[in-house]
Amino acid sequence: MNHTLADVLQISALIVALALVHRPLGDYMAAVYSSRTHLRAERWVYRAIGADPDAEMRWPSYLRAVLAFSAVGVLFLYAFQRLQDRLPLSLGFDPIPPDQAFNTAVSFVSNTNWQSYAGESAMGHLVQAGGLAVQNFVSAAVGLAVAIALVRGFARFRTGELGNFWSDLVRGTIRILLPIAALAAVVLVALGAVQSFAGPQEVQTLTGAAQQIPGGPVASQEAIKNLGTNGGGFYNANSAHPFENPGGLSNLLEIFLLLAIPFSMPRTFGRLVGNVKQGYAVVAAMGVIWLAGVIAVTVVERQAPGTASQLAGGSMEGKEQRFGEGASSLFAVSTTMTSTGSVNSFHDSYQGLSGGVLIFGMVLGEVAPGGVGSGLYGMLIMAVIVVFISGLMVGRTPEYLGKKLRPREIKLAACAILITPALVLTGTAVAMALPDGEEAMTNAGPHGFSEVLYAYASAANNNGSAFAGLGADTGFFNTTLGFAMLLGRFLPMVFVLALAGSLAQQQPVPVTAGTLRTHRPLFAGMLVAGTVVVAGLTFFPALSLGPLAEGLAV
Amino acid sequence: MSLDLRTTVRPLLAAVRAVLVLTLLTGVAYPLLITGVAQAAFPGHANGSMAEADGREVGSALIGQTWNDADGDPDPHWFQPRPSHGGYDPLATGSSQLGASDPTLLGEVREAREQVAAFNGVSVDEVPRDAVTGSASAIDPHISPAYARLQTDRVAEANGLPREDVARLVEEHTRGRDLGFLGNERVNVLELNLALRELTAR
Repeated sequence: MNHTLADVLQISALIVALALVHRPLGDYMAAVYSSRTHLRAERWVYRAIGADPDAEMRWPSYLRAVLAFSAVGVLFLYAFQRLQDRLPLSLGFDPIPPDQAFNTAVSFVSNTNWQSYAGESAMGHLVQAGGLAVQNFVSAAVGLAVAIALVRGFARFRTGELGNFWSDLVRGTIRILLPIAALAAVVLVALGAVQSFAGPQEVQTLTGAAQQIPGGPVASQEAIKNLGTNGGGFYNANSAHPFENPGGLSNLLEIFLLLAIPFSMPRTFGRLVGNVKQGYAVVAAMGVIWLAGVIAVTVVERQAPGTASQLAGGSMEGKEQRFGEGASSLFAVSTTMTSTGSVNSFHDSYQGLSGGVLIFGMVLGEVAPGGVGSGLYGMLIMAVIVVFISGLMVGRTPEYLGKKLRPREIKLAACAILITPALVLTGTAVAMALPDGEEAMTNAGPHGFSEVLYAYASAANNNGSAFAGLGADTGFFNTTLGFAMLLGRFLPMVFVLALAGSLAQQQPVPVTAGTLRTHRPLFAGMLVAGTVVVAGLTFFPALSLGPLAEGLAV
Repeated sequence: MSLDLRTTVRPLLAAVRAVLVLTLLTGVAYPLLITGVAQAAFPGHANGSMAEADGREVGSALIGQTWNDADGDPDPHWFQPRPSHGGYDPLATGSSQLGASDPTLLGEVREAREQVAAFNGVSVDEVPRDAVTGSASAIDPHISPAYARLQTDRVAEANGLPREDVARLVEEHTRGRDLGFLGNERVNVLELNLALRELTAR
């Protein structure tokens, strides 16, 4: 089979698999968040937490609970890393230094999983499984909860109540993430992934050399790392490591895991607002952007115009033989557009233009399809903006899903989408102006600039992948990227929840002949255009200095 | 948002307890359960797919390794893996991170092409791309079927084996794409070399 056909079949198989789970998974998640009954395990958890799962929260209470839970998560994870030498299963590693521990704690709690450490040489098994992997679950559950709160804002009328955060958090973890992750983890082991609590064991090879073969609870972490769109690898090589991702089939499973929930959330949204067609428009917009990115990167990687790639005969630097260009490109686009950030190949060595597409995928705001939960609320914010712009064109008060979009709603939506561009561009500019930026680059010229731009785009949009040539384990980068991750995650949540509260209080607006049909293909097209134009206008100058300059020079 | 005691302290207390409870559930029970199932159902995989020869473990089938002589140079008796920026040390995984047009990478590729061509007695234009590029993990256990075939003559000659026998080994160890279309074709270097060793011992 030639590689073009294999690429097409591989992408098609993934799309078919995602289409098959879209309805059942989306409907299931809608049922989970609207169910009135509690599982016995959940009642036990609520008693331990001391929270009443049936108490409705208005947006300030919901937000306080989100922020309190995340703040405690950061402190807990920070302490865990600082004290790891005194804990069991530390494998003899030292405590993580303060700036790196701060960066890593924020990184995992904000669902970013930027890694300025190398797993196999820094983190013991207990910190990985009992600290980092816990946030892989709960940070994803927090994203789901906030998305569901926004959807309730659209679905409810004449109330300020958005549900109960503790109930949403626990249900997302227990009923959605845990069962799927457990199943996927066992399948990954069946395909060859490692799952043990052993430390590195030394073997003597046939040529007499010594080699340390590591162990660890890898498959359990790999499953939730992708399912929760987290991305933090057990090992430094992430999903390129054969113990995390042993073959072509496990690779497709991992890509499926990272796309499954984000692409099914629009169905959940459609169900909860009582019109599944509204969800189709959203998922169509997400899918079009994602597929365009997949095709662009696959084509450029197959052509491999870079000078070193031309001499080598292909773009295999930083890629594994068992994946090749096709399966690597598919993973790369899916991970950057879902805010996952796990990698099965190193993006720094991609062709210049491919790198540009990957950065563009992140600066779209992680909405195509975006992270677990965050992708849906990001895209709904964009939908609010697009409805508003359309309303301006025809001179009507804009309305969406029976809600008026008044100045307050538009201000909140505008604030939510302005935060990450501000963080990315300011962070990049400051790093470039100070000597810290240039000192950390592996590559010179435009590609070096791309490394810095990629880092802030990745951090502020909570992706976590890297042009990993950037030596980002410095006080400067650990701190500034840490703040970019923190603000990029939680400031938008403030505006999203405030918007949800404001929408939930409204009276229904009757549908008239003048109402924009937001479930039609035209609206999906406008959503795509709005997403691309807003990010394009904001980031074109920065992209020109980096990936475009590099890509057009060859 | 008012900062009175009730509205700030109560969620914080709930948060502390929630983090602890969810840690027990997802950070203790979940990995232990998965480890238990994995160790019972797939002990070989779960413990690293270790490969044995002469009754002892000689590496993992999923982790690439060096095949050098005593001086640290590539040993012509063995099939050679891809270049590695970490020297096939599983505790230092990761790639070169050099861009596709980077001058340093260009120089490394040029050097690798010449080295591989000279080592195998072929022209530089026959050298396949995986033979001159570093992998993502730096412990890639595989090479392309093309690179394995390129090494056949040299390996056969160094071991005093008939060329056809070694070529047959390569064919036997060539794995197609998973399910015919997922990922890429590859040859596992450790498994191929273990089979080669059996052939030479006979």
